[in-house]
Amino acid sequence: MAVKIQIRDLNFFYGPAQALKSINMDIYENKITALIGPSGCGKTTLLRLMNRMSDLVPDTRVEGQVLIDGQDIFEKSVDVVNLRKKVGMVFQQPNPFPKTIFENVAYGPRMLGTNDKQALSKIVEESLKKAALWDEVKEMLNKSGMTLSGGQQQRLCIARVLAVNPQIILMDEPCSALDPISTLKIEELMMDLKKEYTVIIVTHNMQQAARVSDYTGFMLLGELVEYAVTREIFNVPKDKRCEDYITGRFG
Amino acid sequence: MTRETYQKNLREIQDEVLVMGSMIEKALERSMQALRERDLDLAKKILEDDKNINNKRLEIEQRAMDLLCTQAPMASDLRVLIAVLNIITDLERMGDHAAGNAKIAIMIGNEPPLKPLIDLPRMNEKTITMLHDSLDAFINHDADAARKIVPEDDEIDHLYDQVFRELLTFMMEDPRTITRATRLIWAAHNLERTSDRVTNICERVVFMVTGILEDLNVSTY
Repeated sequence: MAVKIQIRDLNFFYGPAQALKSINMDIYENKITALIGPSGCGKTTLLRLMNRMSDLVPDTRVEGQVLIDGQDIFEKSVDVVNLRKKVGMVFQQPNPFPKTIFENVAYGPRMLGTNDKQALSKIVEESLKKAALWDEVKEMLNKSGMTLSGGQQQRLCIARVLAVNPQIILMDEPCSALDPISTLKIEELMMDLKKEYTVIIVTHNMQQAARVSDYTGFMLLGELVEYAVTREIFNVPKDKRCEDYITGRFG
Repeated sequence: MTRETYQKNLREIQDEVLVMGSMIEKALERSMQALRERDLDLAKKILEDDKNINNKRLEIEQRAMDLLCTQAPMASDLRVLIAVLNIITDLERMGDHAAGNAKIAIMIGNEPPLKPLIDLPRMNEKTITMLHDSLDAFINHDADAARKIVPEDDEIDHLYDQVFRELLTFMMEDPRTITRATRLIWAAHNLERTSDRVTNICERVVFMVTGILEDLNVSTY
């Protein structure tokens, strides 16, 4: 099983406050890895470091390494635009652009230099198919992305990520704004996506982590307390703090 | 937030398993008493009480199901409920074996005794002790204690052998004893099965504590 991302002695600071403490973690290719833990434990911070979204926050500092395919993403030579093309992100709130469905998906490839209408159409269709949205929107590609339901908008955002041909997809609470049916559709989609992509999801919903992920990391106060195969984390967690959190005994 | 109501429910379910366990202990004691003292009224009472045991099992199963579907228990909590669901099935079957012995007491009725019962009460007593200890291990979440109980089943198997051989001798010497002796062999067999069920409980306790499912009992039968 290939390791896609290696996190080595990773520390992260917001000003003087240390948000991540000495994180070491191997994230496997074509697997879904879930990060769970109470609010403020650092899971979103860790996720956002993986495509350097953290660069956008002022007064922060990183120590250690995040290696993707062996390449440290914090090295000066790394082009952040290319990094974010390779490592896409889906957010908590679906955030389609106020453009047509077609343009939402075509936006990324166009920015990266694809202008041929036929090539763009092909990318849009393939991306929407992979995001399990094509059948629902193929007759209305020129309608605004904003007219879609919340669940459809989220799948549109996933299609937008897929359009630039990433290798890794980061998902930050992708279902927290969705109803149970839309949530299940996204979860099914994730299972499909992992065949081609490496997926990392931050979720507060432990059932979701248990349902979809192959590996789960439990974080607390900036530390990765326990990281193992999901079945083990939810059946026989080794760390008392992990057990307490999972069983709801966490005060 | 801690889930106090849920934790209370989880504890209560485990307490209910102990209540069911004590119903079984009582059924075992009384079924042996009915056999030994040829107390037909007591035997009938045991058969009546077995319905309460069955109901208790359904009641616990329902409570466990309610917690499973409403609270989505995880990790050790989930293992407790899985263990409970298995243990109550074993307990219920042990109740059936006790009821089986009560029926044998009724079948024997007022026939002249074949011999004084010695090894059967021993098997019964030992089984009750094993059951009691296994439920202690369950409530204390003590895997080591559970493991220690399992080899004691060998003693029951040994006593069963002894009873079988002795009764076989009776039958060979005097075929007129065959009916009565066979009934006693059935009774011994019921006890042997009962103690095997105790080892199942021990396996579930080990699973509940460690998360490892393993076959601990290599019974002769």
